[in-house]
Amino acid sequence: MDRKGGELQKGDFSKDYLEHITRDEPQWMRDKRLEAYSLYESLPMPHTTDDDQWRRTVDMRTQDYWRRTRRHLRGFAVENYHPAVATNGSTSLEVDDGDGVIIQIDGKTQHTYLSPELEQKDIYFADMHTAIKERGDLIRDYFMTKAVTLETTLKSGNIATRNTFDALHGAFWQGGYVLHVPKGVRIEDPLRVYIQLSEDQHADLSHVLLIAEEDSQVVILEDNASANPDAGGLHCGAVEIFAGQNANVTYGQVQHWNRQVWNFASQQSVIAKDAQLCWVTATFGARLSKLNQSIVLEGTGSNAQLLGLAFTDARQHLDVSTAQEHLSPHTSSDLLYRNVLKDRSQTAWGGNIYVYPDANYTDAYQKNDNLLLSERAHADTLPGLEIEAHEVRCTHGATAGQIDAEQVFYLMSRGLPYDLAERLIVDGFFEPVIERIPMETVRKEMDEFISLKLA
Amino acid sequence: MSNELIIKNLHISVQGNEIIKGLDITVKPGEVHALMGPNGCGKSTLANGLMGHPSYEIDSGEVIFNDVDVLELEPNERAKLGLFLAFQYPTAIPGVSMANFLRSAVSAVRAKETNGSENIELIPMREFRVELREKMAQLGMDDSFARRYLNDGFSGGEKKRAEILQMAMLEPKIAILDETDSGLDIDAVRIVGESVSSLVGPELGVLIITHYPRLLDYIRPQYVHILMDGKIVESGGWELAQLLEAEGYDPIREKHGIAETTE
Repeated sequence: MDRKGGELQKGDFSKDYLEHITRDEPQWMRDKRLEAYSLYESLPMPHTTDDDQWRRTVDMRTQDYWRRTRRHLRGFAVENYHPAVATNGSTSLEVDDGDGVIIQIDGKTQHTYLSPELEQKDIYFADMHTAIKERGDLIRDYFMTKAVTLETTLKSGNIATRNTFDALHGAFWQGGYVLHVPKGVRIEDPLRVYIQLSEDQHADLSHVLLIAEEDSQVVILEDNASANPDAGGLHCGAVEIFAGQNANVTYGQVQHWNRQVWNFASQQSVIAKDAQLCWVTATFGARLSKLNQSIVLEGTGSNAQLLGLAFTDARQHLDVSTAQEHLSPHTSSDLLYRNVLKDRSQTAWGGNIYVYPDANYTDAYQKNDNLLLSERAHADTLPGLEIEAHEVRCTHGATAGQIDAEQVFYLMSRGLPYDLAERLIVDGFFEPVIERIPMETVRKEMDEFISLKLA
Repeated sequence: MSNELIIKNLHISVQGNEIIKGLDITVKPGEVHALMGPNGCGKSTLANGLMGHPSYEIDSGEVIFNDVDVLELEPNERAKLGLFLAFQYPTAIPGVSMANFLRSAVSAVRAKETNGSENIELIPMREFRVELREKMAQLGMDDSFARRYLNDGFSGGEKKRAEILQMAMLEPKIAILDETDSGLDIDAVRIVGESVSSLVGPELGVLIITHYPRLLDYIRPQYVHILMDGKIVESGGWELAQLLEAEGYDPIREKHGIAETTE
């Protein structure tokens, strides 16, 4: 293996490299990695015309769009990225410890803190490598076994069954963290996690595992950012969330990689009886982002709220596939994704609600709205329903439209210059999502990110 | 006098059709003018054209206010100069609260610099709230109005009152009221009429565009103009509005040989 200064070079997503990163890990993790690796080797890079799960990453209706996206992917090769190993992070982030914080830069954990009060309640909050050493049995039970797995049990056809990037992640994951909250324990103020890429051509393959036991409450907010605005990078991540019986989980992820980063992620939550999940996904960054996000409402009476907001510009391309799967009766889910598009950016959203035969009295909603600030921006939206139960209430909807000239004129006639009028309309468009975010810090941050996009 | 709105030989077209065909009006501070005419005579075209709506093309003519050529200005610059249009059909902006919008608008109109959003400093929240509450109380509006999304789900009467509230907050020098009484029941006309009337003073010039004289019971104009087929065909005083009330538009149509417009 060609190594220089502790950094791995091109072509490092190899078996050799796998052996290197797993050398101190328990056998079970090594086995998991090897299994994922053999799948990774057997799967081709996704094909944007032949592969169902990637077809919406391009739009067949416009040749120009198709060519551009294909070029995106052709220019992209996993081998060009260095797995982020323990480089000495060049940036130290100045953030408050609050009740708990983890900071990771280029895969290396820089700082971990959990308040003594929360520690006393047996909350476990640590980076994934430490967790494997300290809580091996717990991690072994959950890590890519019940949520994001190599062979998915999801019914929704819009989410890949065998995803090359999931296999890559399973084999080479590094970084990420675990939050385990025991039965009946409540976190009141959000714990914070900062995951950053700083060095050029580095890859972040972080794995997130949130485990909320029965009757617990979890609030956590994760931030994915580039420390260097020009550094290219790759994120190939996974998020697994387990809401135990009657637990209440709020998870927010704010993704603002720079526009050179390729972002691939699979995220899934499994929700037990009477548990509640509020999942907030805010996307501002990446060159191309391909996100698979699914919730499995496993227990009777479980409930999930999926809130998404995205603001794309330049030539960014954001492709999101969502699945809301209802396995049990009296479950409810509500998805609202709103995107604002500037310049020549593109978004694609494909959503599916799947209601199992037993899941009567399901309430399921999905809505995707797109506001285009430029005539060259393009939004694709494709809601879907598959219902096998008889007593259900499902609605879905999708809209895409240019900014309304009448609204702009109305606001300008009251003295607002064009850019302020546009800003108010954008804020108003995001408001139905933002007002439902139960974390004040997130609402404030959104404001700043939206300002940056409109500057 | 500087705060005069002078409209000279104005021609406006929409999608290539000439709607306003040479119109002259001068509105001075303290004056109330009523511009009356049947449906389709060009009233709303005039209102939108004066405010700078991009779909209305000014073919020729002049609009001067405060010695400035209004037609060269963007809609927001016209507002900053002191022009206000109460819309016939106010646009809803979902997600934007009345208070938030008005704070931005009032700050923009009162900003020292004429250009660029970077020069707009928001009025301190507390100061703004006091002022808004005061104006709302004056117009008999409930506090909850400020938290509602701009014109979103408003009844016809609420929309018109919201327009008048904006007028009260922005303190224009010339207010154009486009069919402010349309679509309202008698009570709502009274409320809106009294609200507008409370804002009329020696500093404000008002141009009321309407095809019913109902609103004029509350705001008595000194000047009444009749607009037909894109031109002012008659001008006079209050007696002209009374004549219309009694006889309708037909005698005037006949007198000027104008065919009835069908929509």
